[in-house]
Amino acid sequence: MFSFQPDRSQYPDIGPDGKFEIDLETGKFLKLWQGPNHPGITGNMSVELTVNGDEVVEGKTHVGYLHRGFEKLMERRTFIQVFPIVCRVCVPEPDFNEYCYAAAVEELAGIETPEKAKWIRALILEMGRFNSYMMSIGGIGGALGNGIVGQWLTYVRDLMLDRFEELTGARIYHMFILPGGVRAGLPEGFEGRMEEVLATAERYLDDTEKLLFTNAVFKKRTKGVGYIDPALFESYGVTGPNARAGGVAKDVRKDSPYLVYDQLDFDVPVEHDSDIWARATVRYRDLRVTIDLLRQILAKMPKTGEVMTSLPNVLHWKIPRGETYIKGESSRGEYGYYLVTDGSGYPRRVNVRGPSYTHAMALLEHLIPGTNIADVAALMVSLHTYPPEIER
Amino acid sequence: MGSLRDVLSPFTAWKHVIETPVTLKNPIGREAADRYRGFHQNDTEKCIGCGSCETICQNAAIDMVPVDDPKEGDSGLRPQIDYGRCCWCALCVDVCMTGSLTMSNEYTWVDTDPDAFRFIPGVDEKPWDAIAKGYQRPGERMLSGLTRPEMMEMEPEARIDNFDEIVAGYSREQAVLEADRCVECGLCVATCPVHMDIPDYIAAIREGDYDLGTQILYETNPFSEVCGRVCTHKCETVCAAQYEGEPIAIRWLKRHIIDNVSEERRLEIVGTPQVLPTGRKVAIVGAGPAGLTTAYDLARQGHAVTVYEAQDHAGGMMRYGIPEYRLPYDALDRDIAVIRAQGVEIKTGVRIGSDITLAQLKADNDAVVLGIGLHMGRSTRVPGSDAPGVEAAIDLLRRITAGEEVPVPKKVAVIGGGNVAMDIARSMARLQKQKYGAVGVTVTALEDFAHFLADKEEVTESIEEGIEILDARGPQEMVTFKSGKRKGEVKGLRTWKVISIFDDQGRFAPQYDEADEIVHEAEMVVEAIGQMADVSLLGDELTEALQWNRGRIAVDADGHTSEPWLWAGGDSVHGPDVIHAVADGHKLAASVSAMLAAKAEVAK
Repeated sequence: MFSFQPDRSQYPDIGPDGKFEIDLETGKFLKLWQGPNHPGITGNMSVELTVNGDEVVEGKTHVGYLHRGFEKLMERRTFIQVFPIVCRVCVPEPDFNEYCYAAAVEELAGIETPEKAKWIRALILEMGRFNSYMMSIGGIGGALGNGIVGQWLTYVRDLMLDRFEELTGARIYHMFILPGGVRAGLPEGFEGRMEEVLATAERYLDDTEKLLFTNAVFKKRTKGVGYIDPALFESYGVTGPNARAGGVAKDVRKDSPYLVYDQLDFDVPVEHDSDIWARATVRYRDLRVTIDLLRQILAKMPKTGEVMTSLPNVLHWKIPRGETYIKGESSRGEYGYYLVTDGSGYPRRVNVRGPSYTHAMALLEHLIPGTNIADVAALMVSLHTYPPEIER
Repeated sequence: MGSLRDVLSPFTAWKHVIETPVTLKNPIGREAADRYRGFHQNDTEKCIGCGSCETICQNAAIDMVPVDDPKEGDSGLRPQIDYGRCCWCALCVDVCMTGSLTMSNEYTWVDTDPDAFRFIPGVDEKPWDAIAKGYQRPGERMLSGLTRPEMMEMEPEARIDNFDEIVAGYSREQAVLEADRCVECGLCVATCPVHMDIPDYIAAIREGDYDLGTQILYETNPFSEVCGRVCTHKCETVCAAQYEGEPIAIRWLKRHIIDNVSEERRLEIVGTPQVLPTGRKVAIVGAGPAGLTTAYDLARQGHAVTVYEAQDHAGGMMRYGIPEYRLPYDALDRDIAVIRAQGVEIKTGVRIGSDITLAQLKADNDAVVLGIGLHMGRSTRVPGSDAPGVEAAIDLLRRITAGEEVPVPKKVAVIGGGNVAMDIARSMARLQKQKYGAVGVTVTALEDFAHFLADKEEVTESIEEGIEILDARGPQEMVTFKSGKRKGEVKGLRTWKVISIFDDQGRFAPQYDEADEIVHEAEMVVEAIGQMADVSLLGDELTEALQWNRGRIAVDADGHTSEPWLWAGGDSVHGPDVIHAVADGHKLAASVSAMLAAKAEVAK
């Protein structure tokens, strides 16, 4: 059958070390910057490509465009003042920062969270996952020229932002999960409006399945492209959907349940091909699971009860010496906060473990050589990375 | 690889062409959700300018700035918000002590002037000021405690037959919990007559650094142990924590610091004057809080200070006016010991005017300071008020302290509704309990309970101890025995119901309901309606020479009288309590010291 793959014979030989012998002086190579502003870039980072013809022989990642020094800032903020900062570490899915930080503080300060607050936290985290997957699937469509999927799912995401707005009082940076609980319970009639959004989402996802996942062009461009050898998962710190697309059923929600995930009924979708197609499919299936989880949470959530514990006076709140690591399963994989306290009113160290750090840099650089220029954007989007959490 | 289905299926997307567009025509006009956190609103009537919002804001978006019309007791500042910095986290709303700061759900605002986005909510009028929707702090304050730990006190049955101290003081745990509630706004500092660094010494309690706490106390107040027990704590009336909760127990925290530092350690911390003697001499008349504070300050500056006290012990009203169950004498003695350690000489049992003349003091010293207090009781002057069995509260309290024999009848009536009335009622009740095993004291106050002058806790504790307190009763006559062996002696007090105390112009002109008359059976009637200064020590010539202000010696802002060598302060000039007397003492010392320095300059 007709093949889109170029004739490789015209390209330079691979050296004895298994890499291309790149000599810019020969004039056979071209440096090409992709980003920091580029439709196929997942946020503000850039990739310095070395191309030979339309084949990429080397890719170097450049990050730092978003560096605001959050972790250092946090060391100069009181424990309560860190609360409004953390969400900014990851723009599209900020709530994991709020949850991990709050849970870490609660553990070290010995604060109990009310039961209902745990349910609302899980609700918010799943709402955030919903939005994050919507962006990701829309993004993979966009990166491969199928922008209509991006438009549809951005609309659906906007509907969920409306639910965020009425629940938390903000659309993007919710600043809702305080240490000690959450700021408020559900507004009147929230469940009904959420169900409308979920139904709309399912309708658009059905259409997306027809347009994207049952699409000869999309299959052609994603199957077998951007393969990650599952043997590399450990050494490259690959987690979340990227690992699940390679047959590794890792999910913090299942492996070490937090909040109320042990009371929810769900399966972790797994694919095996470990290519762009498998990663997109895993996300699509997991998004369906998320929609189901949102329904479950709203149905099982206690209808009454406190949502916030009284805190000590936060203006001079000191937390005993200690350290902890709190993790959760974000839409991109294991997300964690390592918090060290020294008995003072300030965190001694806050370290954010964002999955994008490994996925968007080391792994991407490893995957780029040998791809076509046109596939780089799809490859990046398929890893589903958010630069702000690389540069926290 | 592909199937026919994979080729045809994407074309189903064409159905969206005939669907209604989902985009909003005018997204700017869209109303935000009910609890959306939009631009701030501030109810300036409720706001006290405590600045907790400014403290918590991690973006430094809030500045406390002066406003034109602050309320009594607030800081005079209001939050100004810079929306170039605000991140809409609403911690300022959550931490607001009064609940005045809220956020409207208004989230779009267009203005071409960049400076417009920095304004004072509530002061600079904005279109969203009246919007009820938005973010309010949910329920009570969650970010700081609401109630103070309960103070351990002796039960009424245990305390009524003795003069043991009632209040036990906070434990370390209680004190830390209470100190934790402080938001360090400093409204208390401004209100305290001596401007004690209250937030700082409360912070020292949280840190467990009692040495530092003591040091901070002594920077402003040499009577911290006394004030830790009997201060009228004006600071607590402005405390930011009192809105939606109890004010911080500032007085008990002060006491907690002193309770945790031994007398020896306290002397080490305060130390002795580290200056060369100036050779200047100052005489102080009266060893009360005003006189001794003046003495403390002047001695710390190297001046030779002698305090003359008519009574046998130093302390003035703190010793002879306040009962021992509220202020144990050894607590007072420890405060005085620190003052003595500064080299202050206190000559007790020396009455100026009779033992030594004021003229003699003037001749022997560079300056003389009067802190003579209010040791003469005022009389109601109702018929029979000069009868045997009618006593002045202040005189009776002094005699109890001095250990003199006081008559203890089974039935006592007290006229007055202030703290002195409570003090004498409770003292007499204790003596009655010791003597008869029963309490028989009735307090009749002119004011109704809503306008009582005595502290609420004094009234409550008095009632607990079995004292009968009748409000709105005006004394009309001391009923005396008309015949028999005890002819002329008091046998009761006749009172009428008070309808109003002041007339339309606010002048004292009580109106009574004569039909509502009670005769309170009593073999002793104690008048506790106020005191005045005994100024006989001045002598005729000086009395004539001095300027007076409504029966009190007139002084300028520094406590200087019209005579260049004479200063006066404390209760006899300003009133009304220990902490004001201490404040007066500092003022007097500063003024005297400035004069002595000027003298030294001239001598050069």
